[in-house]
Amino acid sequence: MGVEMLNSVELETLGLQAYFGQVRALHGVSLQVPRHELTALIGPSGCGKSTFIRCLNRLHEESPGARAEGKVLLEGRDIYAPTVDPVLIRRRIGMVFQRPNPFPAMTIYENVASGLILAGVRDRRVLDPVVERSLKQAALWDEVKDQLKKPGTRLSGGQQQRLCIARALAVDPPVLLMDEPTSALDPISTARIEELLVDLKKAVTVVMVTHNMQQAARVSDRTAFFLLGEMVESGRTDAIFTNPADSRTEQYITGRFG
Amino acid sequence: MERQIDVEIRELKDLILAMGCCVEKSIEEATQALILREPDRFKKVYELEKTINEHHILVDEACVRILARQSPLAADLRWIVATIKINTDLERMGDQAVNISHNGERYLTEPALKPLIDLPRMASEVRQMVRSCLDAFVRKDLALAEQVLQQDDVVDQLKNEILDELKAFMARDPQSISRALNLILIARNLERLGDHATNIAEDVIYALTGKDIRHGHS
Ligand SMILES: Nc1ncnc2c1ncn2[C@@H]1O[C@H](COP(=O)(O)OP(=O)(O)O)[C@@H](O)[C@H]1O
Ligand SMILES: [Mg+2]
Repeated sequence: MGVEMLNSVELETLGLQAYFGQVRALHGVSLQVPRHELTALIGPSGCGKSTFIRCLNRLHEESPGARAEGKVLLEGRDIYAPTVDPVLIRRRIGMVFQRPNPFPAMTIYENVASGLILAGVRDRRVLDPVVERSLKQAALWDEVKDQLKKPGTRLSGGQQQRLCIARALAVDPPVLLMDEPTSALDPISTARIEELLVDLKKAVTVVMVTHNMQQAARVSDRTAFFLLGEMVESGRTDAIFTNPADSRTEQYITGRFG
Repeated sequence: MERQIDVEIRELKDLILAMGCCVEKSIEEATQALILREPDRFKKVYELEKTINEHHILVDEACVRILARQSPLAADLRWIVATIKINTDLERMGDQAVNISHNGERYLTEPALKPLIDLPRMASEVRQMVRSCLDAFVRKDLALAEQVLQQDDVVDQLKNEILDELKAFMARDPQSISRALNLILIARNLERLGDHATNIAEDVIYALTGKDIRHGHS
């Protein structure tokens, strides 16, 4: 197997702990996420995957009573440093959720452009190419280019999820977080999203929670296994799925528990 | 907790075991027929080969079915991959037993060239390798699989000694050439059987540890 080569690290956590009130949901997780790779987070439900990913763009602290300790470095800079504005972080680190959530009152175009519009950009000559580029990156352009004025909620579930991906991409984030992005979708929509993820990695670093082991095996470069608020093991996906180092990982991915 | 894949892997293992028994039996029949000069026993080898071929297909089908339906991962995945390869080796071993039989039948049409001493030793060494690699597979015995790799060196050395001796015969006496050639071919068939047993041992090591040790790879 030889020496493991990491792409340069885009995002890194150091001893990350997350609390809901007194309850600690993450017990000091240290993980390196290489640039332009897809890192999959797997583990039984309740093990802290969503909590972890929500700490990566400071969304976790929005839950009542929730806080995080430890460091999260984006390109080497701690996003939890006191001077950092969490709103700016959430623009740099986009998020796609399990259920597609296009803004209901907005057209397809407005949905994609919303991040820029919110930031004060109004000029169509700026917005048009961004909307087109983002929809292309999300593999949705061909299907919607003639109906950009239709409400986003008119699209099918799979299309809505790709619309949400396009919306997240429009502000050009270096990192995209996805929390079970296909678990509400049918197999064909799932396959389309998996396909676009492969292209997407050329432009963005992706961290994706999935409860579907085969999906992690198909699309990710690296996989991290979580259990009971700890990260048990992380490594190259092919190594994790053919020869995991930790027996708990082995048991989980071979379906012996969880 | 027993998983569906455990049930299917157990059935697959039984299938491989049955196939392995046929292979062992056919090597035994082929070599004993030659050593004891009992050509009738070669027929048994040809019958066993048919059974081995049937198993070859059944095992492949079972592996494809498990891959398609159970999506095995980690140790399960390595086990299936190893089984697919072991299946190929076992089928070839059946063919080699048939080759020994063809060469042996030809050899037995003439009087004995010499008392066979090293060839029975080589045959017994090879049969032990076959037994060990199958046992290692069934019992998940890493040490036993590693032992098979060592034994292959002994077999190779015996083959070289046999070849040297038979070459000397041929040089001395042209009358001996066709019989010596048949024995050389049989030594070669036995050597190939040892190589297949080695492959199986390597596959067992891979299934158990995830390490590919072939071709000096580590
Ligand atoms: N809003 C919340 N308040 C209190 N506890 C929570 C909250 N959200 C999640 N938890 C707890 O934190 C742990 C981790 O949950 P979560 O990160 O959602 O796991 P996963 O995404 O791996 O299924 C669980 O024990 C869960 O019950
Ligand atoms: Mg979750």
